[in-house]
Amino acid sequence: MRPRRNEAFRGIWSACAPGGAAILTPPEIEALLLSLRVSAVAVACALPLALLAAVLLSRTRFPGRPLVDGLLYLPLVLPPVAVGFILLSIFGTRAPVGGWLLQHLGIRFVFSWTGAALASGLITFPFQVRAIRLAIEATEMGLSEAAETLGAGRLDRLVNLTLPLALPGIVAGAITAFATSLGEFGAIITFVSNIPGETRTLPLAIYSALQTPGGEVEAARLSALSIVLALIGVTLAALADRRVRTLVGR
Amino acid sequence: MSVEVALDHEFPGFALEVNFRIEQPGITALFGPSGAGKTSVVNAIAGLLRPRRGRIAVNGRVLFDSDAGIFVPPQARRVGYVFQEPRLFPHMTVEQNLRFGWRRSGRRASEDEIAHIVDLLGLGPLLPRRPRHLSGGEKARTALGRALLSSPEILLLDEPLASLDAARKAEIIPYLERLRDEARLPMLHVSHALDEVSRLADTIVLLNAGKVVAQGSVFDVLTDLALPDFTGASPYGAVLDAEIAAHRPDGLTVLRFAGGELIVPRLQRAEGTRLRVRVRAEDVMLALEAPKAISANNILAVTVEAVKPAGAAHADLRLRCGPTALIARITRASLERLALVPGTSAFAVIKSVTVAPQLDPPAT
Repeated sequence: MRPRRNEAFRGIWSACAPGGAAILTPPEIEALLLSLRVSAVAVACALPLALLAAVLLSRTRFPGRPLVDGLLYLPLVLPPVAVGFILLSIFGTRAPVGGWLLQHLGIRFVFSWTGAALASGLITFPFQVRAIRLAIEATEMGLSEAAETLGAGRLDRLVNLTLPLALPGIVAGAITAFATSLGEFGAIITFVSNIPGETRTLPLAIYSALQTPGGEVEAARLSALSIVLALIGVTLAALADRRVRTLVGR
Repeated sequence: MSVEVALDHEFPGFALEVNFRIEQPGITALFGPSGAGKTSVVNAIAGLLRPRRGRIAVNGRVLFDSDAGIFVPPQARRVGYVFQEPRLFPHMTVEQNLRFGWRRSGRRASEDEIAHIVDLLGLGPLLPRRPRHLSGGEKARTALGRALLSSPEILLLDEPLASLDAARKAEIIPYLERLRDEARLPMLHVSHALDEVSRLADTIVLLNAGKVVAQGSVFDVLTDLALPDFTGASPYGAVLDAEIAAHRPDGLTVLRFAGGELIVPRLQRAEGTRLRVRVRAEDVMLALEAPKAISANNILAVTVEAVKPAGAAHADLRLRCGPTALIARITRASLERLALVPGTSAFAVIKSVTVAPQLDPPAT
C-alpha cells in the first residue's frame, strides 16, 4: 500500500508543479481539451432550450404543464447509465432516429464527441432550467407591471426586463451545468463508449487509467487536474457572478 | 379633459362599487382610509386589474367597457402610473429609466420637453446613476419623471409619498405642486394623509369601504361635517385658497380669500402669490358679538350653516363666510349656551392659520 500512495502523491505533485518535469502529457492534454469542448458545447446548445423551457414554465399556463415539468427533471433522477442506454436506443445507428439521421443528414452521435456532448447536455439540462426558472420567478412582478404601464408589451418585457434581471441565474445555471458536465461518466461511456481522443473525457481517462495495471499515478495526475479545473471553475463562477450582479444593479 | 370611472368588482370579503367623473385638469385626490379600495381603483384605470363590470374612459377614449367587451391592455392605455414603491428598473441608469416609457410612447416628447421635466424634477445630476445609489426622495422623483415622459393622458399617483419620511415628503411636495400648476393633464392622487390632500388636491373623491361617499372641490369636501366619520382622528379643518394682498409695515401680511381677509406674520413671498391656507376646526372660536378687546387678529363675520355632534362632548359647526366655508369644533356646552343653530350669525375668532408650505410658521 505504502509505495502506491507515495506514487500517487508524486503524481499529484508532478501534475500541479509548474516547471516540473513535463506538466501534462499529450494524452492528458487531449482528455482535458476534449472535456472542455464537450462541456462547452453541451451547455451552449442546451442554454437556448433551457431558457425557453424556463420562460414557458414560469410565465405561462398550458395543459400538460405539470407533466412537462416532471419530464424535465427526469435526467436528474435517472441513473446516468440508464440515460446513456436510452440515448443509445434512440440515436444508435440501427435505432430509428439515429439511423434516419445517419442516412439522410450524415449525422452520427454514437462513438463521437458530439454524442458525449448530447449526453452531457441532457443530464445537465435540469440544472440550467431550474436556475433560470428560479431567477425569473424571483424578478418582481411589480417591475413588470411598471413596464406594462410604460408601454412595454409581453415580449418587450421579457427581453428588456425579465431576462436581464434573471442574468445572474442564467449564468449560475450555465456554470453549474458546465461543472457537472465535466464530471459526467455513466451516460457518456454507455452511449458513446470510451475512445481516446474522441469520447475519452477526464473521468473516462481516470477510469481507463485505473483499469490499467500500474496506472494509479496516471489516475492521480488526472484527478489532480480535475481538482485544479474545479478550483478555476469555482473562482471564475464567483467572479462572473459578481460582475453580472453589478451589471444588473443588484 | 375628462376621466370617467364606473366599476364594480368583488374581492374575497370586499366589494368595490365606484362611480365618479373628473372634468377638469389638476389633482383629484382619491382619499380614504386604508383598505377603502383606492389602489384597486387606480389599478383598474391602469389596466392592471380587470373589474367584473364597468366602464373607464379617459378624454373620451374608452379603456374598458365590460358591456362592449373592450379591455385595452395596460401597455396601450397611455396611463402614467407612479406606484407606492418607486419600482425603478435596477439594471438601468436613471436616464435609461426615464427614457423607458418615452421610447415606447406613441407621441414622443421632444428633447426640449425631456430637458424641461429633468429640470422641473431636479434630476439632472442623477442621470448617470443606478437606482440603488439614490435616496428615497430621488427615487420617487425619478419614478415621477419616468411616468411623465411616457406622455400619458392621465397621471396616477398611488401614495408615492407614503414610504417617505416627513423631510423627504417636504422635498417632493413642491415638485408635485409645480407639476399641478403647470401640467395640463389630470392627476389622480391616492392618499390617506389629510395634510397632503389639503395642500395638493383641487377635487376630492372620498372613498370608504369600496364606495364613493363624497365628491367635490377640496374646499367643500374638507368642510363636510361627515368627513370625520371617515378620517377618524386626523386634524379636521377648512382649506382656503388665498392670495397675498399686502405686506404691512408692522411685519404682518394680509391674505385675501373669497369672503374676507386673514392676517398672518410676514410671508417671504411676493404680493399676488396664490397659496393654500388651512384653518383647523379646533382653532376657531365663536362669539355672538364682535369681540372688542381681544389679542386675536382674525375675526370673521360668519353664519352657522350646519351643526353636527362630534364625540361625547363636542360639536362641529360648518360656517359660511361669503362663498367660503369654515369649520369650528366647540364643546356642546358652549353650543347650548350660545344657542347656535343653522342661520345664527356669529363671529369666528381664528386663533391660528397654517400657511402651506409648512415651512412657514403658523400665524397667531
